[in-house]
Amino acid sequence: MARIDLADIAHAYGPRPRSEADYALKRIDLTFKSGGAYALLGPSGCGKTTMLNLMSGLLVPTQGSVLFDGIDVTEQTSEQRNIAQVFQFPVVYDTMTVYENLAFPLRNRRVDGAVLDGRVRQIADMLGLTRSLGQKARRLTADAKQKISLGRGLVRSDVSAMLFDEPLTVIDPQLKWQLRSQLKTLHRQVGNTMIYVTHDQTEALTFADTVIVMYDGRVVQVGTPEELFERPNHTFVGYFIGSPGMNVLPAWVEGRTATVAGHPISLPRTYEKPSGTRIELGVRPEFVKIAADGKGLPVHISRVDDVGRFKIARVRLAGHALNVMVGEDVQLSGVAAAIEFDPSHLHIYADGELVEGRA
Amino acid sequence: MTDIVAGRVASTPVAARRVRSRVGFSWIVPALYIFFLLVPIYWLLNMSFKTTNEILGSFSLWPREFTFANYAKIVSDPVWYNGYLNSILYATLNTVISVSAALPAAYAFSRYRFLGDKHLFFWLLTNRMAPPAIFALPFFQLYSSVGLFDTHIAVALAHCLFNIPLAVWILEGFMSGVPKEIDETAYVDGYSFQRFFFKIFIPLIAGGIGVAAFFCFMFSWVELLLAKTLTSVDARPIASVMTRTISISGYELGVLAAAGALTIIPGAIVIYFVRNYIAKGFALGRV
Amino acid sequence: MDKVVNNRAWFMVLPVLVLVAFNAVIPLMTVVNYSVQESFAGNVFFFEGSKWFEQVLHSERFHAALGRQFLFTGIILAIEIPLGVAIALAMPRRGPWVSVCLVLMALPLLIPWNVVGAIWNIFALPSYGLLGRTINALGISFNFTRDVFDAWFTLILMDVWHWTSLVVLLAYAGLMAIPDAYYQAAKIDGASRWAVFRYIQLPKMRRVLTIAVLLRLMDSFMIYTEPFVLTGGGPGNATTLLSIDLVKMAQGQFDLGPAAAMSLIYFLMVLAMSWVFYTVMTREEART
Repeated sequence: MARIDLADIAHAYGPRPRSEADYALKRIDLTFKSGGAYALLGPSGCGKTTMLNLMSGLLVPTQGSVLFDGIDVTEQTSEQRNIAQVFQFPVVYDTMTVYENLAFPLRNRRVDGAVLDGRVRQIADMLGLTRSLGQKARRLTADAKQKISLGRGLVRSDVSAMLFDEPLTVIDPQLKWQLRSQLKTLHRQVGNTMIYVTHDQTEALTFADTVIVMYDGRVVQVGTPEELFERPNHTFVGYFIGSPGMNVLPAWVEGRTATVAGHPISLPRTYEKPSGTRIELGVRPEFVKIAADGKGLPVHISRVDDVGRFKIARVRLAGHALNVMVGEDVQLSGVAAAIEFDPSHLHIYADGELVEGRA
Repeated sequence: MTDIVAGRVASTPVAARRVRSRVGFSWIVPALYIFFLLVPIYWLLNMSFKTTNEILGSFSLWPREFTFANYAKIVSDPVWYNGYLNSILYATLNTVISVSAALPAAYAFSRYRFLGDKHLFFWLLTNRMAPPAIFALPFFQLYSSVGLFDTHIAVALAHCLFNIPLAVWILEGFMSGVPKEIDETAYVDGYSFQRFFFKIFIPLIAGGIGVAAFFCFMFSWVELLLAKTLTSVDARPIASVMTRTISISGYELGVLAAAGALTIIPGAIVIYFVRNYIAKGFALGRV
Repeated sequence: MDKVVNNRAWFMVLPVLVLVAFNAVIPLMTVVNYSVQESFAGNVFFFEGSKWFEQVLHSERFHAALGRQFLFTGIILAIEIPLGVAIALAMPRRGPWVSVCLVLMALPLLIPWNVVGAIWNIFALPSYGLLGRTINALGISFNFTRDVFDAWFTLILMDVWHWTSLVVLLAYAGLMAIPDAYYQAAKIDGASRWAVFRYIQLPKMRRVLTIAVLLRLMDSFMIYTEPFVLTGGGPGNATTLLSIDLVKMAQGQFDLGPAAAMSLIYFLMVLAMSWVFYTVMTREEART
């Protein structure tokens, strides 16, 4: 295992990038601690797979360098970097048995005999593949194949990092859950640096200790799942994480007061008049309440969805759509209601970015 | 903890790093092969622009006394023009018939199991093995007896013998590449089979249809024995016109070369126009 | 594996069946008919039973033509299949050169077969052809119309020129179907170039290569026009392959009966070889 540093890295797929738009990955500086479990989260096309391939050595960055434990590996091949990677679609060697598949990376590295056999059996046992060791790999189901791809990474005891590129895409939903928790267990057992690319927030938040949220070739926030939820750095993070995402309302802010659609709202912190053309107030649906006594911001309820443990009310406040989480026991009658915000969970954004206020 | 500087790219373009060189010498192999393919064709063209005197008198890598006389001799004969039209007509007809008959059959082979499917598929393939040299006479009798002798449709139908099996096989490959879930989703959405097949499925395998059509056209265009047997005047193929021209003009290398060059042109034009289809079809995957 | 059993699928196969059967069954029956009869002046027939078959099977001439045919097919398969695969492997996977390569390589496939013969005739002529002239200039005496070895050399070179592209196109299509992830995974697993070929490219090309071998096998047994134009079967009978022999017999000597019997024998032979090859390849595929 290794610590991975991406030092001032940027990547463009074209040969001569001219403008910022040519870059699939804009200038980024990032450190992955040894033994950490990371997730790269973002919508498709945000550059997360590019970043992964830069680390694995399948791509060479246009600029900047990749360091493994402080050593520059930018020009090294994947093999030299000694990383393992699991791809979106399971890659197995069709003509080989499961055993041969697992042994393949070791044989290529001239590991043989008892060491190889012991290692292969240990990994097969860990992944629950022992019974199918003698079978041809192409006969297996998608999830078993994906376990083999994973196993080919695990079988090498000295890999610097394990990279996952949306590995659960082709797995059935019920097995997805099972494999996901198995991965988490594996991380605890093996203690390797693991980096997991996904566009599914559930996968990211359950697997990773640290989530890196990406958008349009940039890293917009790095943090624990709690931090991403409690304090989104960017309105994008607010939208993308949480279900439904954060409500964002145009606001006018001065001091400890924000004005939304003519209604004053008191804020937890003091803000100088923030600079930026677009000033917004962000609040998660979890922190919006239907006011029992009818005192608060007047809204118009357009729809209520019952999603099990709670309900989601879709309301409109002076033309702006908001989602409100409502407890199962709360009765909503009629179309008019009033809402109030939990003052400790209000955030102010200028042009999409979080504005720090003074306490 | 991780520290980041969420990036802003410098407005000046950064010097692009030299990408790790993966360009080896592998291009030499296809390049040499293409050279090998083109040399005989070049020689044909070279001869076709030479006068008979030059051919017989000296040996040169390019024509010294450049002449169009050989071509003039051929093109002045109206039979040539008709020969072209005939060949293109029956090859196109055959392509249309082969591909449209093969489409439903390929769908059946790729999606269903049915009684004797494997044997049927092999039987289709076996029809490529029938030696046309000896089957020519029976073909002549068959098409004469149904009154189709010397028509374009006769040649087009006869070529179905080897083109349909090929088209079925190519299309089956492409169709198996399309997930079955797409069919199921369409039926759930209330599409009828016909509507699904024409509106959704066919566009999905357009590349495959292009490849199949190319191969059908190709084999129909280059086949001569059956085409010659089944025609006399009205539907005579270009390649057989060429043979006739040569036998009339005696053994003149220049004219022979010019005639050969002229029969290559339509094929070259066809390839040029379908090249993107073919490349796309190949990129799409299995043939 | 997971196909639905549906016998109504026969209706979808019906058009193909009718078209192919019309062309295949009736002429085949006619040939069978000839093969058991003696004809005089082409319109009086007598039933002869298996006489022609016995005669053909015991004839030196048939054995010789068959031997030449096997030699020819063996040589061209041994050259064209590996060469085609090698060229497909060396071709670029993407970029502007792909179209250029495909267009140029497909060119020989679209030349009518008698023209292929004519091109090679002109190209290989000892005095006027570039090939013949060059070889002679190197001090090696070359004349494909007189020397048996030279005739075979030219014939095989012509077939390689004509048909290797078909193998290239098929193999290339098979290669293009391999997702990039396979190559990346192999790189990460530390696989050598040979291992990538052996464990990824070859297994994935299996299906297309099966068809390439089958097509070349069948077509090389049918080959008639090109060698007929190039050498006319000569010198002597040195390049008289099966089809040429058949036509000589049927047209030149009006021996319809023996020619029909011979063509049936050889049809059954190709059928048997293809069947063995086809079942072995598909069974392997089902088992692995």
